[in-house]
Amino acid sequence: MSYITKSPWIIHYDGSSCNGCDIEVLACLTPMYDVERFGIINTGNPKHADVFLVTGSVNEQNKNVVKQIYEQMPEPKVVVAVGICANNGGIFKECYNIQGGVDTVIPVDCYVPGCAARPEAIIDGVVKGLGILAEKREKLRQEQLAAKSGAKAAPQAMPVLDDPAEAKEEEA
Amino acid sequence: MGKRTIIPFGPQHPVLPEPVHLDLVIEDEKVVEAIPSIGFIHRGLEKLVEKKEYTEMVYVIERICGICSFGHGWGYCGAVENAMGIQIPERAEAMRTIWHELSRLHSHLLWLGLLADGFGFDSLFMHCWRIRETILDILEETTGGRVIFSVCKVGGIRKDVDNDYLKGIVEKLHAIEDDIRSLTTVFMNDTSVKNRLCGVGVLSKEEALDLCTVGPMARASGIELDMRVGTPSYQKLGFEPIVRTEGDCYARCAVRIGEIFQSIELIEKAVEEMPDGPIEVAVKGNVEGEATFRLEQPRGGAFYYAKGFEKGTKFLERMRVRTPTNMNIPAMTKMLQGCDLADVPMIVLTIDPCISCTER
Repeated sequence: MSYITKSPWIIHYDGSSCNGCDIEVLACLTPMYDVERFGIINTGNPKHADVFLVTGSVNEQNKNVVKQIYEQMPEPKVVVAVGICANNGGIFKECYNIQGGVDTVIPVDCYVPGCAARPEAIIDGVVKGLGILAEKREKLRQEQLAAKSGAKAAPQAMPVLDDPAEAKEEEA
Repeated sequence: MGKRTIIPFGPQHPVLPEPVHLDLVIEDEKVVEAIPSIGFIHRGLEKLVEKKEYTEMVYVIERICGICSFGHGWGYCGAVENAMGIQIPERAEAMRTIWHELSRLHSHLLWLGLLADGFGFDSLFMHCWRIRETILDILEETTGGRVIFSVCKVGGIRKDVDNDYLKGIVEKLHAIEDDIRSLTTVFMNDTSVKNRLCGVGVLSKEEALDLCTVGPMARASGIELDMRVGTPSYQKLGFEPIVRTEGDCYARCAVRIGEIFQSIELIEKAVEEMPDGPIEVAVKGNVEGEATFRLEQPRGGAFYYAKGFEKGTKFLERMRVRTPTNMNIPAMTKMLQGCDLADVPMIVLTIDPCISCTER
C-alpha cells in the first residue's frame, strides 16, 4: 500500500446503470467503509479527478458524455469500470439500447465485476487502479525527463556524431 | 429585466448521482423555464420479455433500479400472479411487506443524505449513510444482497426468515430509532437547513393534482394518495398515510421523515402478526391473459402490467411499468419556474429523482 502517498480524487459517472453500483460507490465514501480518511474524495469536476469510476454500460446518448469527461481529466488518469454492466453489458447486454462495456468507448484499466459490485470490491478495484496510476505517473515523468534531456542533448549530440569512430559504428 | 441565458444542468453534475439534463433558461438569477431532456440511461429492458422467460424476467425487473429493486420485483411478480390467478401464501405476503418497508427505510435515509449533501451539510450526509448501513446489514442477513435481493419470485418468496430472527430485526430497528430521531431533528429544526427548504419550490394542491404527482410529492401538497391504503397486507397493519399541506421542500422532507418512523412501526406490527405457513406455492403453466398490479414505491405509486400470449408460452407478450419519478418530472419543471438558480438542486432533489426507474 506504499503507493497511496497522494490523495487521489475520484469522479463518478453513471452510464446506464440501475443505481445499485452508484449507491455502492457512494457507500464506499461514507462512514462504514470510509475511504475519505485516505483523502479519496468524490469530486464533481473532471479537471480535479485522477480516477474515473464508470458504472453501467454505454449507449448512443451517453457515450459522448463519457468520452468528454475522460478527455477533460488531466494525465495521468485511470478508468475503473464498476459493475458487470460497465464491464460488458451484464444482464442488459441483449437490450436494444446497450452498446456494451465502457471499454468500447474509452480505455479501461481496471474491471470490477458484480451485480451490484460490493463496496469491498469497488475499493479493491480502485486500489489496483491506484497502482496503475502510480506506474502511469512514473512513465509520464520519465517521458518528460527524456524530452527535457533530449532537448538539451540535441545540440551537444551534433559534434559527437561527427566523430569518425561513432559514424562507422552507426554504419555498421 | 435581464438578458435570457441558458445554463445546462447535468448530465454529469455534483448533486446528481444519476444523469439527467436540464436546460435552465434564466433571467438574472431567476429561472424562467426548465426544459428537461432524459434518455441517458434508457436500456429498453421492457423489450427483454421477448427473450427471457417470465420467471427469469424477475431478475431483469429488479434491476430497473437498485434503490427500489425489491418493490419492482414484487410489482412484477404481483402482476404475473394476478394474470395467472395465483394466490400467494399469507406469510410470503407479510415477508414481502417487511422487506419492502426495509427498502423504503434505506431509500429515505439515502435520500436524506443526498439532500444534506445538496445543501452542503456534509456531516449530516455522512450520519444518514452511517445509519443506513444498519438497514443494509439487516437486508443482507435476510436476503443475501445489499442492494439487489432477488428474493421475490412468481408464486412467493425464495427465502424464509424464522420468527425469532424477525424479532431481532425489530430490536435492531428500535436501537437505531433514537439515532434517526436526533438526525431528523436537525432536518426539521436547524435554522440553516430551514432556510434552504422552507418556502422553496411550492406546489399547491391544485397544481399537484393537475400535474398528476404521486408519492411523497403529492402527500406533501395535501393529497391523500398512497397505494398502500388499498393494499390488504397494509390494511391489516392499520396503515394511515402521512400528509402535509405546505407543498414546499420542507414539507416533502417532513413527509419522508414521518414515513421513516412509520415504516419502523409497520415492520414491528408485521412481525407481531406474522402468520405461519408456507412461503411459496407451486407455479405451473404459462401466463395467459393480462393483469395489473399497484404498489407504493418509496418515490410514489408504481403500476405494473403484464400480458401473456393468447396460447400461452413461457414468454410474456408485453410488460409495462409506470414509475413514480416519471410522473413527478412535470411538477418539477413547474416548480423550477421562477425559482432562484441556487435553489435548483434543492427542488430537483426533493422530488427524489430516480432516473433509472424513469428511463428503464
